[in-house]
Amino acid sequence: MTADVLIIGAGPAGLACAATVLAGGLAVELVDAGHGPGGQYWRHPAPGSPPDSAPGGGTPPGPLRLPRGLRGRGGHPASDDLHHDLGTYRALVARLEEGVAVGRAVTRFGHDVWSLTRDGDGWVAASHDRGAGTERRSRGRVAVIATGAHDVALPFPGWDLPGVFTAGALQALLKGNGVVAGRRVLIAGTGPFLLPVATGLARYGAQVVGIHEAGDPRDWAAHAPAVAQNAGKVWEGLTYAAGLARHRVPVHPRSMVVAARGAGRVQSVTVAGVSETGEPVAGSERDIEVDALGVGWGFSPVIDLAVTVGCRTSMSWSGPVVEVDDDQRASVPRLFVAGETTGVGGATLALREGELAAHRILADLGRPPVSTEARLLRLRVDRSRHKAFAAAMADAHPIPAGWASTLVSETVVCRCEEVPYAAVRRAVVEEGAGDVRQVKQLTRAGMGWCQGRVCEPACRGLVRSLGARSVAEQPGQVRSKGGRGDAPTERLVALPIPLGALADGEVVERSAM
Amino acid sequence: MSRVVVVGAGIVGAACAYYAARAEWDVVVIERDQVASGTTSRGEGNLLVSDKGAGPELDLMRLSRRLWLELADELGRDELELDEKGGLVVASMPDSLAALTEFAEGQRSAGVVAQPVEDLRSLEPQLAPGLAGGVFYPEDLQVQPVLATQALLAAAIARGAELRCGTEVLGFTSGGGGDRPIGRPLRLRLGDGSTIDADAVVNAAGPWGSLLGDAFAAPVPVLPRRGFVLVTAPVGPRVRHKVYAADYVANVSSGDAGLQTSCVVEGTRGGTILIGASRERVGFDDTLDPLVVRRLAAQACALFPFLREVPLMRTYRGFRPYCPDHLPVIGPDRRVPGLVHAVGHEGAGIGLAPATGHLVTAMISGALRSRRDPRSPDVLDGVDARAFAPERFASAVTS
Amino acid sequence: MRGADDTTTFQFDGEPIAFRAGQSVGAALIAAGRLSWRTTRVGERPRGIFCGIGVCFDCLVVVDGRPNQRACLTPALAGMTISTQSGTGWTP
Repeated sequence: MTADVLIIGAGPAGLACAATVLAGGLAVELVDAGHGPGGQYWRHPAPGSPPDSAPGGGTPPGPLRLPRGLRGRGGHPASDDLHHDLGTYRALVARLEEGVAVGRAVTRFGHDVWSLTRDGDGWVAASHDRGAGTERRSRGRVAVIATGAHDVALPFPGWDLPGVFTAGALQALLKGNGVVAGRRVLIAGTGPFLLPVATGLARYGAQVVGIHEAGDPRDWAAHAPAVAQNAGKVWEGLTYAAGLARHRVPVHPRSMVVAARGAGRVQSVTVAGVSETGEPVAGSERDIEVDALGVGWGFSPVIDLAVTVGCRTSMSWSGPVVEVDDDQRASVPRLFVAGETTGVGGATLALREGELAAHRILADLGRPPVSTEARLLRLRVDRSRHKAFAAAMADAHPIPAGWASTLVSETVVCRCEEVPYAAVRRAVVEEGAGDVRQVKQLTRAGMGWCQGRVCEPACRGLVRSLGARSVAEQPGQVRSKGGRGDAPTERLVALPIPLGALADGEVVERSAM
Repeated sequence: MSRVVVVGAGIVGAACAYYAARAEWDVVVIERDQVASGTTSRGEGNLLVSDKGAGPELDLMRLSRRLWLELADELGRDELELDEKGGLVVASMPDSLAALTEFAEGQRSAGVVAQPVEDLRSLEPQLAPGLAGGVFYPEDLQVQPVLATQALLAAAIARGAELRCGTEVLGFTSGGGGDRPIGRPLRLRLGDGSTIDADAVVNAAGPWGSLLGDAFAAPVPVLPRRGFVLVTAPVGPRVRHKVYAADYVANVSSGDAGLQTSCVVEGTRGGTILIGASRERVGFDDTLDPLVVRRLAAQACALFPFLREVPLMRTYRGFRPYCPDHLPVIGPDRRVPGLVHAVGHEGAGIGLAPATGHLVTAMISGALRSRRDPRSPDVLDGVDARAFAPERFASAVTS
Repeated sequence: MRGADDTTTFQFDGEPIAFRAGQSVGAALIAAGRLSWRTTRVGERPRGIFCGIGVCFDCLVVVDGRPNQRACLTPALAGMTISTQSGTGWTP
């Protein structure tokens, strides 16, 4: 069966798009790796029965309530107070469920999409149904990529100790599982996302010993217009600030983690001041005892499917993003991209983009519009406003230029293949690797399970910072300027799938011929 | 000192640069992208005698094998990740076993060590039961192609060679043409607007070698033949040799443009399993084709059932430089004195690179030192270079 | 009183781990105070959850005999047998 609209990703962008095209009478197939709708932003616990008691000291009291339609047998433990704008979420999910009820929407949760390819005039997404262990194909006349983003992580000595998490992991453990991952937690990195992570943990009983923000929130003043136009965001920020004050969480601007230490797990963290030039300030180090550390350096859009089908991309502050036009159309026909995949900007922006894509899809597939001109105009204005705010935030929260000065030779850069900093340095400085692909070929950094999603921002940064040195030190080599530096990494297999599932998929394909 | 410009920093270009630098030529390698960024980084690194029947390509491979082992001593075995893993060719049915046995007979008469294997699972415990039999080729080797290219170039640079990445050779401005006096260099035009004079130019541009030939008005019929390779999650040393199905040989030598897949499975140092090999002529179309991926997966699972549970982690594809007669083009081009081709190795470029570099250097040295008509010495180290001469396509090219 | 019988526990290396319905295996292990359940294949380093959303594959674990399952995405089910994974999770 071919749906009208194949949507990959059920976060805010995918849900907004689905709800809108369903309202316009189209049929939808929605595929997502998670166990239900919401994506990372509206992450909820998996269906199950509410607990009688909390099993560990680190678990907040439940049960809280999920929207009725989503409740499995016996309801859910949930965490409504950790979420924003749940009203919108519930409304979107209700429209999706209506679509399912009348047979116009099909949802495939727990499906890892490994490829998206052309299928005649339309598209086919091949996914791994993790529950069943099989491969499934989902078809649509048009496709929407709304695959979101994940945390940017950067290496430092000790970052691979158990108990060191991305900020997003701490949030996922709390929102999706009701688990507070430590008693004494330090939050570090940069960007506004650190605030809800810290307040959430504090509210559920963790002692958040500090937020070490490498940037300086006072820099927001430099972007007054973009900030002022986003009263909602400012209010959200103030709410968090109040929460931090209530839980006595100190915020340390211009401070970063330079090392984590411990035997078999993190036991202490070393922080240092950040200079004007983005270097850790020598002599300012101090050790803080913790049992968990969360670090976040912003987000990386997940654009693999779009890169493989040949979409034009561009480099943004958050890494390569997919280029789209005013209607969220990518550079290849019948393909739309919405949400963080076009540039990290938060859930509200993603909602607007998803709805704008849906509006264009309805027109393209010959359906009457479901939104008034006034609403469309507002969506577009909203979109620019949020884009401007995201850009201002990115500008106010850069990754410190000197982040790599914390690295020592044996610091693991690629966690999967355990490639030390010394090997990456050698590849760039002595062997002339001019881009991340060549670093990978020479060192295996990025060749492991995660396919470089974790270490790529670090490797890109190292190619840039070490590469400049290499030209001076290796006069025998005349090198290209930056290699393919900014080209996005190609990942033809977007997520792993067992060979047996593919093999059985081949049988299905042959018997269909 | 006379200058040799090598176009292309893949494995073949690196080997040509290495041998030319060792022969004390002034070597400049020009690469439009990065070292080993084309076909070289898309292959498994095979040094196979097992898939070649008696003939000139086998002779070239046997020379190359000796040179690879010498290089391992000189450059370091670990620097190349050279692995004497051996190849095991398996036949599932009695009739394919009979064909394989006959093929191996011919190879043995050419000096290849080819040992019939009855108990396949004593060599490869994870193989599926019930396969008819196979032949073991202990001389098959493997190197890590990118590391090997890097090591060859580093050794060439240590001997004075220069590497320029990020610029392209567009053609020549003067000195070309058949009427050019011997000894007058070609002036090459580069993409960055500069020029460089070369006494000899080596076309080591792989599947793009025909474009370079065209730029010199010396076309060579090299076409891209696309191949996918699957890489699994790491499982450790569960597949010990390079294992492939007997129909692989037939597919390699086929000229069919349509999709062909034959199963090749092997382990790597990193613990992953590589699964090949597909062949299809679709130009430089690099679209992902899930059908090819599924078919390769199915064939690999049939050979090694444990792979069913192993995830596919990534797949990559590249373009083999393919010639209609499946032989590389190695030798001086009569149409443009000074131009020497080293292209068209199809899927065997990693294996054949050192012998190619060695031959090319001998040809340049012979031609330039004596200032005579740059014809190659016909037989060198047991290889009859006439089989690889560019003029074998002359009638096809001019027609 | 629930929490000790196998209707709300799974086995981890022979010990019962209590969980709440809807939790992932990884989250339940962390709630029980376990931060690592895998050792890497080169340096034998301990690893557990890092990204928490299925991207990094650091939290790989053996679930009912199947190696290389992401603990952060695997829903905890009563009676499961979870074991520490060393290296690739495969024996040569």
